[in-house]
Amino acid sequence: MPTYQLNINGSLKKVETKADTPLLYVLRDYLELNGPKFGCGLAQCGACNILINGSASTSCMLPVSSVGDAEITTLEGLATEKNKLHTVQQAFVNEQAAQCGYCLNGMVMVAVSLLNTNANPDEAEIRNALQGNLCRCGSHSRIIRAIKTAAKNL
Amino acid sequence: MTAIPLQSRRKFIKNLGYISVGFTLLGSCSGTEDPIMAARVNYNRKLPGSIGRAKTVNAWLKILEDGSIMILSGKVELGQGIRTAIQQVAAEELDMELDKVQVHLAETGITPNEGYTGASASIQNSAMSVRFAAATARQELLALTGKKLNTSVDNLMLYNGIVKSKLDDKSYTFAEILEGEQIDREISLPVPIKDYREHRYVGKAVPRTDILNMVQGPAVYIQDLRFPGMVHARVVRPPGYTSQLTAIDGNGLKAEVAGVIKTVIKGSFVGVITEREYQAVKAEQYLRNHSKWTTSTPFPKPENLFTHIKEIADNPETIRKEGNVEAAFKGVETVKARYTKPYLKHASLGPACGLAMFDGEVLHLWSHSQGIYPLREALATMLSMETDKIHIKAVPGAGCFGHSTADDAATDAAILALEYPNAHVRVQWSRHDEHSWDPYGPALITELEASLDENQRINSWKSEVWSDSHSMRPNKDAGTVLAARYLEVPFTMKSRGYLGGGHRNADPYYTIPNIKLNAHYYDGPFRVSSLRSLGSFTNIFAVESFMDALAEKAGQDPLHFRLNHLEDERAIAVIQKVKALTNSQNTLDGEGIGYAFMRYKNSDAYIAVSAKVAVNKVNGHIELIKMWAVVDVGEVINMDGITNQVEGGMIQAASWTLKEQVTFNTKEITSTDWIKYPILRFSEIPEVEVAIINRPKETAYGVGEVAMPPSAAAIANAIYKACGKRVYDLPITPDKILNT
Repeated sequence: MPTYQLNINGSLKKVETKADTPLLYVLRDYLELNGPKFGCGLAQCGACNILINGSASTSCMLPVSSVGDAEITTLEGLATEKNKLHTVQQAFVNEQAAQCGYCLNGMVMVAVSLLNTNANPDEAEIRNALQGNLCRCGSHSRIIRAIKTAAKNL
Repeated sequence: MTAIPLQSRRKFIKNLGYISVGFTLLGSCSGTEDPIMAARVNYNRKLPGSIGRAKTVNAWLKILEDGSIMILSGKVELGQGIRTAIQQVAAEELDMELDKVQVHLAETGITPNEGYTGASASIQNSAMSVRFAAATARQELLALTGKKLNTSVDNLMLYNGIVKSKLDDKSYTFAEILEGEQIDREISLPVPIKDYREHRYVGKAVPRTDILNMVQGPAVYIQDLRFPGMVHARVVRPPGYTSQLTAIDGNGLKAEVAGVIKTVIKGSFVGVITEREYQAVKAEQYLRNHSKWTTSTPFPKPENLFTHIKEIADNPETIRKEGNVEAAFKGVETVKARYTKPYLKHASLGPACGLAMFDGEVLHLWSHSQGIYPLREALATMLSMETDKIHIKAVPGAGCFGHSTADDAATDAAILALEYPNAHVRVQWSRHDEHSWDPYGPALITELEASLDENQRINSWKSEVWSDSHSMRPNKDAGTVLAARYLEVPFTMKSRGYLGGGHRNADPYYTIPNIKLNAHYYDGPFRVSSLRSLGSFTNIFAVESFMDALAEKAGQDPLHFRLNHLEDERAIAVIQKVKALTNSQNTLDGEGIGYAFMRYKNSDAYIAVSAKVAVNKVNGHIELIKMWAVVDVGEVINMDGITNQVEGGMIQAASWTLKEQVTFNTKEITSTDWIKYPILRFSEIPEVEVAIINRPKETAYGVGEVAMPPSAAAIANAIYKACGKRVYDLPITPDKILNT
């Protein structure tokens, strides 16, 4: 089985697996990360979002062999200091922007990705960025509010 | 109840990865500056049903060595925030810091058996039981200290985990008072509870602490559980409900897929266990492609669904009858309408997951089931095991909104773990299986007929409802869990013929002299069970759409017309308040505002919803601009919890109303992913606003389901106002608007 050297949350991780194993399974099953969630395996819901070189992407259909040396960031890698939250994470807590929270990983990762390129998005830009992310509980309005709050606090 | 030492139980929780983060959210509430004890009033009304099953304080509440409190609740956290609500009532009665109260959610042998977490009943049952248990504990702790110090309890104060004497300032921790014992006193009336005017947590918007974990990535959900040596599994589901396995060739499996440990075939149940998770995905795919099955019983043609339902329905039962509807209809003009709703999915964002480990004696399970005790009954029957040899711990999953697939995934894991003992077997469902095998919310038909009197008031009203069962939850009948139906000796699923829930809210809450409600039960072609608010969603869509039609006939404003038929002050108050919230709204051409009212189950919470829409008359496109809700759930426990539930409920209901339906052809279910079963996406989400009328002296009702039913009708009524088109058949789509 081939071995892959992956750049995950700022450190190099070696994984031995088949080339077609989707990155999501590598992150959850091999590297024991919980942030990215399995929602559909079809790149339709956004629960598995990660950042690839700072930009949000689904990970459930992305073969590990195609990742190369890209910088992968998961929910666990957002906070730069221990015991401190990323501004976006803090905004979601402050706005209580969750019910079950299963979609939250994707929402937070997309928000970080959006704010990386647009520090002051308007509501339409926020909604547009989140168009690929599903929430079943109906926490959408709080999520939008949290991202607005995060933009203010960045 | 099995007594498990505190030490080992805490170790058990720690092993699951639930490490609570020290985080004080209520700075302003910490510390009791004033040790004057809040006034107590005697509660002398009914005790909650759950106390009947667990009568003593220690069934609900344990004092830990460090003086903090462990609450044992038989309910499950589903994203509704019940854990926080329970913490609030316990901390309130014991005058403690919130973070000194832990809540242990459902686990067999440890927590009380509270049946299912559903029907918006967790506040009424679990949280209220905890309130009375904590209040009784307080009484007992004071009495014990009084005895110990040989003084009157009037000389004692209880707060922050201690009892203190006013006479000499001496204080004792709860643990010191109890000397290693727990409080086994029975909870009985009257219970002295804190006067609501002195509440510092209850009724406030106390933030949930679990969101802090959700944004960071420690283990929160069942899908995140990992154990040393854990193996992964998938189940090859049949191509249709009644398909049977006729041949399977797994000979080439190990050559094709690495890490295969075992294939388990029992009748038409096929499972495969692997070392790594993605190996299980591939192994399942391989076995599916190398197996042959019989053809499943065909479904009716989708265009004939509602005709089919009427054909197979039983004779109606008269559920409610007042006055004489038939006589009142004689010789007068009546208004009639028929409303329909398709099958709907729970469509949880996280497909089901279950873990099991058989240690040679006890089968341990981890499940996001809504009812672990009833699930245990089903598994005991299926596996011919004693219930006390099955141990189930509830672990949060993604929001499920009724009885979905959690119990089925646990059942899969149970079967496989018995075939592969001493290892934790983790079964993860695919999106395809989640969408295909979910017990859907059944299709409904609601037919209404009414007549007005000479004063333009409703004189007579008849409702006819056609519904499948809404309650196929697990119990000792093993056919309730999916895999049991496919074993060598299958457990068939007997239709329960239970109509309760199907006709819920089909009889209006309005004052009408002649009312009749008939309900027709049908045993339909799809697997069904309870979906958030059961029949109320369709029935209130029908009743409240119909009220607008009747108001138009009477030549009256729709809200004014409703108020003319209501006597209950609380009902009137929510309607007047929603009217006030929307008074300043202007509507442009093509825009409309609609309203709907409900008292849930005609006996619980009150709600009025308003929706504002814009309809494009050329292409029928519907833009849902904003929704408002005013709710009265009686006593509020958590202000923000209610707001969150109602906001989310309106959005989910809008998704049901405008987009959702299970699609199928005669051979199979075709809505098997998020493209084929679309739900609202961000571009379509309305702005939402919620107002709460708090009535702290009234009974606290649950809120989980109440936003669903009136939302559909408010949207339908708004669309009618916007473009003059009324759609009777959910979902309300652009083509239906154009073709009406």
